[in-house]
Amino acid sequence: MELQWQLCSETNLTLFFPKPITLEKQQQCWALADTIQQMPEVLEVVIGMNTLSVFTVSLTWVELEAFKDNLSALLNDIPSKTINGKHVEIPVHYGGKYGPDLKTLATELGLSVEAVVKLHTEATYTVYFIGFQPGFPYLGGLSESLYFPRHATPRTRVPAGSVGIGGEQTGVYPFESPGGWQLLGQTDIPLFDLTKASHALLNAGDTLKFTAIDIYE
Amino acid sequence: MKILTTSALASIQDSGRFGYRSMGVDRSGVMDSWALQAGNALLKNDLNEPAIEIAVGSLTVQFEEDVSFCLTGALYEAYIDDKRIPCYWRINAQAGQTLKLLRPLQGMYSYLCVHGGFDIEPVLQSSSTNLKASFGGFKGRYLKADDVVKVRTDSSLRVIGVARLEPTNRIRVIKNSEYEYFTSASKAAFESQQWQLQSSSNRMGYRLDGTALEFNEAVQMSSHGVDIGMIQVPPQGQPIVLMADAQTTGGYPKIATVINADIGLMAQIRFGKNCQFVVVEVEQALREQQKRQHYIEQIKEYAHES
Repeated sequence: MELQWQLCSETNLTLFFPKPITLEKQQQCWALADTIQQMPEVLEVVIGMNTLSVFTVSLTWVELEAFKDNLSALLNDIPSKTINGKHVEIPVHYGGKYGPDLKTLATELGLSVEAVVKLHTEATYTVYFIGFQPGFPYLGGLSESLYFPRHATPRTRVPAGSVGIGGEQTGVYPFESPGGWQLLGQTDIPLFDLTKASHALLNAGDTLKFTAIDIYE
Repeated sequence: MKILTTSALASIQDSGRFGYRSMGVDRSGVMDSWALQAGNALLKNDLNEPAIEIAVGSLTVQFEEDVSFCLTGALYEAYIDDKRIPCYWRINAQAGQTLKLLRPLQGMYSYLCVHGGFDIEPVLQSSSTNLKASFGGFKGRYLKADDVVKVRTDSSLRVIGVARLEPTNRIRVIKNSEYEYFTSASKAAFESQQWQLQSSSNRMGYRLDGTALEFNEAVQMSSHGVDIGMIQVPPQGQPIVLMADAQTTGGYPKIATVINADIGLMAQIRFGKNCQFVVVEVEQALREQQKRQHYIEQIKEYAHES
C-alpha cells in the first residue's frame, strides 16, 4: 500500500502507516512530526499509533493543495527519530474492585490471574504517544499472549487510574471517563497534573514498567 | 455577575484550546463557533473572547455591574427583570438587574457574551472549560448557583441587532478517509436518510440513530488524531459526530466530516430531531467557510459604526 496523506477535514491531513504496528514506524512518525511542526501552515501535530495527524490553520483550496504536496514530498525518504526518554515505574493494584475484568480475561486466555499479572508486569513498554485524554499513554510492547478485544459495549464510567488492555494495546486512564478497555487494575499515580512543571507524567519515547502492589482474585 | 439559579449545563468557553493535543489535551471550546463569533463581533470584543455557553435548561443571573451583553446561538425566551428581550441584540443592563433565560425556543446552545469579556484566567492559553480533566473556565466545571463570574468593564453600547444564521437540518459534509470502506448502499443511505439525534448526545459527540451503515469488510484501525465534525461509525453502524469535547485520538472509521461552516448548525439540532447529510467537495466547503467569515466581518463593521 502506497503511503499517502488522507484529507480528513478542511484543516486535517492524516497519514496511516500500514499494519502491523512497529516501533520503527513510530520512530518515523516522531521524526516527521518534528519537521512538520515547523511548517507555517501547521497549528499542531498529533501522533497516533503508527499514524500522524496534521492540523492546519485556515487555508484556501490552493494553499491546502500546495501544503498537501509539500507533506507528500516528505514521504519519499522518511527519517527516523530515537527518543531516549525517562523510565517510569507505575505501581498497580491488580484485580478485585481495582481490575474488574482481570479474572474473566485470565479465564478467557486460559491463564491464571497470577500469570496475566506476571506477563503484564515483566514487559518494558514504550510510550508511543499521549492521546484520548490528558496524559493518557498509548503503550507498545504488550505480550501477544495478552492481546484481548475491547468490550463490545463500552463502560459508561471507568475510574481514574484504571490500567487496561484494548486489543494489542495497554494503558492507563488518567481521568474518569467512558471506556471500552478490559480493566486489569488501578494505580494511585497521577498522570496529568497542571501544578507540575511537566503537566503530563509521561511523554512519547519514555519507557514504563508496571509493578504489582497487590493482586486480588 | 452572580449565578442565582441554573438547571442548564452552563460553562465558560472560548473558541478552543490548541497546541496541547500531544499531551492528550483536547480542544474543548464552544459547540457553535459562529454564534460565539457573532456575539463577540456585535459587542466589539475579540472574536475569541470567552462567553457563558448555556445548554437547553434555564439560567438566572444577577448583574453586579452595568453591562452591555447579547445572547446568540439558540433562540432563548429571555427576560431582563420582567421585560422580554430578543436574541442577537446588544442590550444594556444595570447593576442589580436580573437576566433570566427561561428555555430555548429553537436550538440547543446559547451564548451569553458581555462587552469587555469575562475576567477568566486562561489555562494552557485558553479560557475554555476542560470538563473531563476539570481545569480552565470557571474552576474547571459547570457553573452553579452562587458562583460569581467577574465582568471586565462597565459599559453601555447603543442598542442594535443583527441577523443570525438561518437554522437548517441539512448539514453539509466532505468525505473522510474511510468513506470508501462503506458499501455503496450505505454510502447512499448516509445521504438519503433522516438521522435522529439521540438524547445520549453531549459536548463530546452527537449520536445518531437510523438504518445502520455497513462496511464492505470489518475494519480495524489504529488510534489517530480526530477533531470536531468528524463522523465516526462504530461496528454497530450508528454514526457519532464528534463535537467540541471530542477526545484527541480515536480508532473508529470515519465516513465523513461536517464542514466547518455547518458545525454550529449541527450543534443546534435538538434531541429527537432529524438531520440529513449532503456530501460536498472540499473546495466548496472552504468557500462556505469564507462566506461565514464574511458574515462575521459584516457584524463587526456594523457594530463599530453604531
